Amino acid sequence: MSIIFEQYNYAIVIILMMTGLYVVFASRNLIKKLVGLSIFQTSVFLLYITIGKVSGGQPPIIVESHGADHASLEPVLVAAANAKDAVAHAASKSDVLYSNPLPHVLILTAIVVGVATLAIGLALVVRIRETYGTIEEDEIEALDYQYNLEGTAD
Amino acid sequence: MDVLSLFPAWLLEHGAAFAIVLPLLMGAITAILPSRTLAWWTAFIVTLVVTVTSFGLVLNMLSEGATIYSMGGWDPPHGISLVVDALSAPVLLLISAMAVLTVVYGMPATVAEVEPKKRAPFYAAFLICFAGLMGMVVTGDAFNVFVFLEVSSISTYALVAMGSARDRRALTASYNYLIMGSIGATFFVIGLGFLYMETGTLNMADMARILADLDGGSRVAKVAFGFIIVGLGLKLAMFPLHTWLPGAYAYAPSMMTIFLASTATKAALYLLLRFSFTIFDPSFDYVGVLMKYLLVGVGIVGMIFASLQAIFQTDVRRTLAFSSVAQVGYMLLGVGLATAAGLAAGYLHLLNHAIIKGGLFLALGAFWYRFGITRIDDFEGLSKTMPLTMAAFTVSALSLIGVPFTAGFVSKVNLATAAADKGWWWAVGVIVVTSVLAIIYMGRILLLAYFGDAPEIDGEKAKRNEAPLMMLVPMWVLAIMSIAIGSNIFNLGDNFVGAAEAAARLLLGGGA
Repeated sequence: MSIIFEQYNYAIVIILMMTGLYVVFASRNLIKKLVGLSIFQTSVFLLYITIGKVSGGQPPIIVESHGADHASLEPVLVAAANAKDAVAHAASKSDVLYSNPLPHVLILTAIVVGVATLAIGLALVVRIRETYGTIEEDEIEALDYQYNLEGTAD
Repeated sequence: MDVLSLFPAWLLEHGAAFAIVLPLLMGAITAILPSRTLAWWTAFIVTLVVTVTSFGLVLNMLSEGATIYSMGGWDPPHGISLVVDALSAPVLLLISAMAVLTVVYGMPATVAEVEPKKRAPFYAAFLICFAGLMGMVVTGDAFNVFVFLEVSSISTYALVAMGSARDRRALTASYNYLIMGSIGATFFVIGLGFLYMETGTLNMADMARILADLDGGSRVAKVAFGFIIVGLGLKLAMFPLHTWLPGAYAYAPSMMTIFLASTATKAALYLLLRFSFTIFDPSFDYVGVLMKYLLVGVGIVGMIFASLQAIFQTDVRRTLAFSSVAQVGYMLLGVGLATAAGLAAGYLHLLNHAIIKGGLFLALGAFWYRFGITRIDDFEGLSKTMPLTMAAFTVSALSLIGVPFTAGFVSKVNLATAAADKGWWWAVGVIVVTSVLAIIYMGRILLLAYFGDAPEIDGEKAKRNEAPLMMLVPMWVLAIMSIAIGSNIFNLGDNFVGAAEAAARLLLGGGA
């Protein structure tokens, strides 16, 4: 039980993931499906941000001697490269633990991808609404079935 | 013959980056071009230049071995690297050559299928999709794969939806593809997250090294592998996850169907090979078990069920789409064998099937262009009205079935031999049975076309009405390729088999 409370981020990630996936498969409304997809993608953002957190870690910003020489920038670059090494490296150098900023950068890209997918999806729903006059999947299928019976001879 | 010296040095040095950046930049410019003809010329020149570049990269790879390009001068593992090796170079050449052929074909096809004001954006989206596919194949950075995967997928959703001018079901097909594709990509990125947790790096070579040190890693790596396989399985239309494919193939504009059928699933399959052999390794117990029981299992079931479904379709494009799912099964069987011969056969079938299915969809698009037909019943007498197109269709169809002296025969025989070498005689049986099923679903179309009479239109018999030259040239290029590979004309067959064997050696020799 305690493991759930200590690592509650992961519990939230799993709950969001399953909720999103369930909504995508269970709902027959095109907009609701997209909502589910967004929730599903959001859970991944949380997962990545959780990965980047080092317990007790500070934001990876160097306060003193900022920009003075290249040596002071080194911990940041190393932190970006390898989470495990960075912890040891930073600790040995300046006794400051830094969180790993790389997953945040990665997830910025994934957020942009998610927004683009959602935009295309919503645009498609608008076109479907214009063409079929409905956004309920059952009704669209019924319309297409009828259309099939009549044939494409036009 | 020293073709390599004809290439400028900078092109060979920066070729890997050039092949992605050029279409990406020109895609943005094409979108705002005022004229459709100008957009077509841009797309044509860009794809042609990238094909020449990929050809140079292949030659360079053959003479000097694999090259690793550091993007922006940032060395791996910290920077993004682009890897051109025996595995990626043939797929690069395949994708870019198919892009040129589809753009040539697209000149008449898009005029018939896409509304005039949408044609420049159509070519723009096509170029971006092309850049995404090239990026997926050439990158050596795992997260970069996800980005390029989504670049190509999102532009594909838009392109599939543009078929709505011809058939409104393109909209729902595109929507379904978007939902399934996004779930697949998200699964893939979850897998990457877990892999990053385990290894602390995103560079593929670095990941492979760390995983080998950890001897496969903990449960986190196992979960990562599962998520990545499911995510890629959705993208490559692995059997139970293929439901998006028939709709997307059937209702997309025909130029897009050709490009999708011959490149998109192939690039995803390439990634499957990359991840399961060079990053993970079949010697890790969980990878070996998954490949032997899951990939082979879904491959076999997919081969049989998708072939059966193909027989019961009334629309030829859907028949071919289900046949594509079945062919993915062959490739997965080759991958699942995990022997040098099996991998080479699977990889060879990947290349051959792109050529075969490209040729078939090219001919189908031409039939639609002239007569507006896609139903099997309407194919009656097509050999009289469009003899050259039908002949190209026939050659590719025979190749799909696996008749001797065609490309399909070479890869199917190699696959059957590889399965027999491993003692999997039942797999040989399945290959034979599904080939018979292929005779039924393709033969049904050919019978009608050759032995039926041309239909009557407005009281008189339909006259000979051949497809335009710009459609005939690409489809005959592919049909002749298919014969040349099968009968080893110009040493093409040996070159293809050699490329596949080199790729298989790289896949098996890369790991521990």
